[in-house]
Amino acid sequence: MNNLLLKLLSDLQIGEKARIQSFHEESRTALRLQEMGLLPGTEIEMIRKASTTGPIEIKARGIRLTLRLEDAALINVAND
Amino acid sequence: MIDNPPLPKHLSNVSPPSHKESEQSFTYALVGNPNSGKTTLFNHLTGLKQKVGNYPGVTIEKKIGTCFSQHGQKMTVIDLPGAYSLSAHSPDEKILNEVALGQMEGSPRPDRFICIVDASNLERNLYLAAQIAELGRPTILVLNMMDIADKQGIHIDTDRIQKELGVTVITTQAHKKKGLIELKLAMSKASLTTPSLNIDLPKPVSEAVLKVQSHLISQKGENLNAARGEALLLLTEDSPSSHDPALSQLVSSLQEKLKRELCNWKSLVIAARYNKLGELCKKAVLQKSEVKKSLTEHFDDVLLHKTYGWLTLFLVMGTLFWSIFFLSEYPMHGIEWAFNKLGSFTESALPAGPLQDLLVNGVITGVGSVLMFLPQILMLFFFIGFLESSGYLPRAAFMLDKVMSKVGLQGKSFIPLLSSYACAIPGIMATRTISSPKERLATILIAPWMSCSARLPIYLLMIATLASGRNASPIIKAGILMGAYALGTFVAFGTAWILRKTILKGPVQHSVMELPAYRLPSFKNTIFEMLQHGKLFLKRAGTLILAFSIVLWFLMSHPAQDPEAIDSQLETSYIGQIGHLMEPAIKPLGYDWKMGIGILSSFAARELFISTMAQIYHAEDNFEDETTFAGTLQKQRNPSGQAVFTPLTCISLMVFFIFAMQCMSTLAIVKKETNSWRWPLFQLVYMTGFAYLAALIVYQGGKLLGFA
Repeated sequence: MNNLLLKLLSDLQIGEKARIQSFHEESRTALRLQEMGLLPGTEIEMIRKASTTGPIEIKARGIRLTLRLEDAALINVAND
Repeated sequence: MIDNPPLPKHLSNVSPPSHKESEQSFTYALVGNPNSGKTTLFNHLTGLKQKVGNYPGVTIEKKIGTCFSQHGQKMTVIDLPGAYSLSAHSPDEKILNEVALGQMEGSPRPDRFICIVDASNLERNLYLAAQIAELGRPTILVLNMMDIADKQGIHIDTDRIQKELGVTVITTQAHKKKGLIELKLAMSKASLTTPSLNIDLPKPVSEAVLKVQSHLISQKGENLNAARGEALLLLTEDSPSSHDPALSQLVSSLQEKLKRELCNWKSLVIAARYNKLGELCKKAVLQKSEVKKSLTEHFDDVLLHKTYGWLTLFLVMGTLFWSIFFLSEYPMHGIEWAFNKLGSFTESALPAGPLQDLLVNGVITGVGSVLMFLPQILMLFFFIGFLESSGYLPRAAFMLDKVMSKVGLQGKSFIPLLSSYACAIPGIMATRTISSPKERLATILIAPWMSCSARLPIYLLMIATLASGRNASPIIKAGILMGAYALGTFVAFGTAWILRKTILKGPVQHSVMELPAYRLPSFKNTIFEMLQHGKLFLKRAGTLILAFSIVLWFLMSHPAQDPEAIDSQLETSYIGQIGHLMEPAIKPLGYDWKMGIGILSSFAARELFISTMAQIYHAEDNFEDETTFAGTLQKQRNPSGQAVFTPLTCISLMVFFIFAMQCMSTLAIVKKETNSWRWPLFQLVYMTGFAYLAALIVYQGGKLLGFA
């Protein structure tokens, strides 16, 4: 686990997959994402970015979610 | 006929209910994730026709219906807003939470739950089901969309789920009405298994739960399991609603304590629940084949593409506006022609006198002038219904999210704003899905600036008047119409930006949205929705507009002049006097006193502007059958011989109607949703003030630039 390179969900490239490591804070957003099944250990794929600053679409557990870049920056991920 | 597959094992030995059982009446709460098919199921069970759609947040209220079992046993079903969890973040989720706990006034505490889950995405959907099961009341778990799960090669061991969660499992395909008989049979059973689901909580949390649990048992006499589930739910709420002050105090002190001892305890609870479900799904769900890229994903590659996506969006909007003109034109002329004929027939069939005048100049002209816009109204609602059921709306929200975020609104604000193009009332109610109060209020305040369907006839009449005599193509007319919609939308977003920088300042809340799979829009539902709105429009014409036309006819024909002086009848009538009184205020906008009367009536209902103008000009010079209403308006001259409805005046009128707040029902709903008169009054003043200013600038500016 220790040699994993942490990065932010917002930094993933399109098509890149990574696993959630942790959330920056226990905010409502973080809790809601966890309730929707985005837990530490869940695999996430970056599907598309609407623009460089716009919302992103991700896929996790077979569902597709859109979220804003600011919210995606709350999630630490790491490649397997 | 619905084919009747053999009953599942647990149902086949059900004996017909005894007399005593059939007297029992159960209340079921219908819960599930957004877009899992709750309302479709509710409609099938109760025979009601609540609105369904393919985007999260269609149901924003609780709806109560009655369902009868095969043996005629009566059961109550409460349809609730969809949610991912019982923890409430937004007002619509709060409704679910309060009804489930039996804390909502005027709503019975459900004895039992029906939890509907999307079988093709079981683990995530079971999260809410687990929370429900923890509440310890008899629960029926409905695995919906079994056909989709099958197609994806997912096999579900329902017996296993039934055993592990302690719920009754039924499989359905709600949209095909499959599995309903089994469901109703299970619902009418006198006793259902009571779920017993215990998740392994971290120690400090389970200690806190125990304290609340024992309070609930001693004070409310709840059973052990139910009290445990409710205790955990209360603890995880930010501001738990309870009618028991001692309980509220206990909960908040325990929350404080937990926060100190275990700062991420809420995440740990969620993880614990998913752990349990993960174990269950490992045993009960078998995914046979690898998941291939779905059709929806292929569609999205185009529809959400950086170039093609926008192209599609504009194409969709363009088609909508163009079809309003092109496809509606002939039926509209047909209706207009029929009413003109009816008018001339009545005129010839009845002797001249007040009755003939009332029927021809009051009723037929007033109601007919509004009714001729029925085809366009139907067209608009057909399109909206089609888009709603296809699943495109959340995609449009994704495309336009950058704009929303720039003006300080959630992505979720987009859908209420979009429904406001049909009518601001459901739009404002749909803001209940927005979790942050400030963003919700900002959305409510700007929603009436999305041009609603009541404005459409006015835009159309003004555009027809503008174009009358000029050979304008439908494309140009559609362009002007699109401009009117765009102007309202643009100013609305600008206003949201200002509001979020000033009186509604605050951080932007999260905007997590799920993209549902595309579905082929149900033709039946779309037509049904369209006809519903058509009926409403006809009803309005037959009641409000009819009544107002009669009142206006009276005000126009009294005090009566002698028949010789008919020319000055309107001028000296009651309404004519009011119009003249108003004239100084509206003259700078390019309107005369007759339009003033129209604007005054439009504050009762926007469409009344049209019926009023029709009545005024009809009374003055009976139109010939061949001319259209717009043609008549275009021909009007003032005493000095200049055209009254100049293009500039028409545009100024359109601008006024884009912005003015003229809908009492909207004000009433804003009062209801914000719980104060302050915001509706604010809206009335700022919107109408802005309308006046904008029309003034357009008219005076246009004159300066030489467009007289």
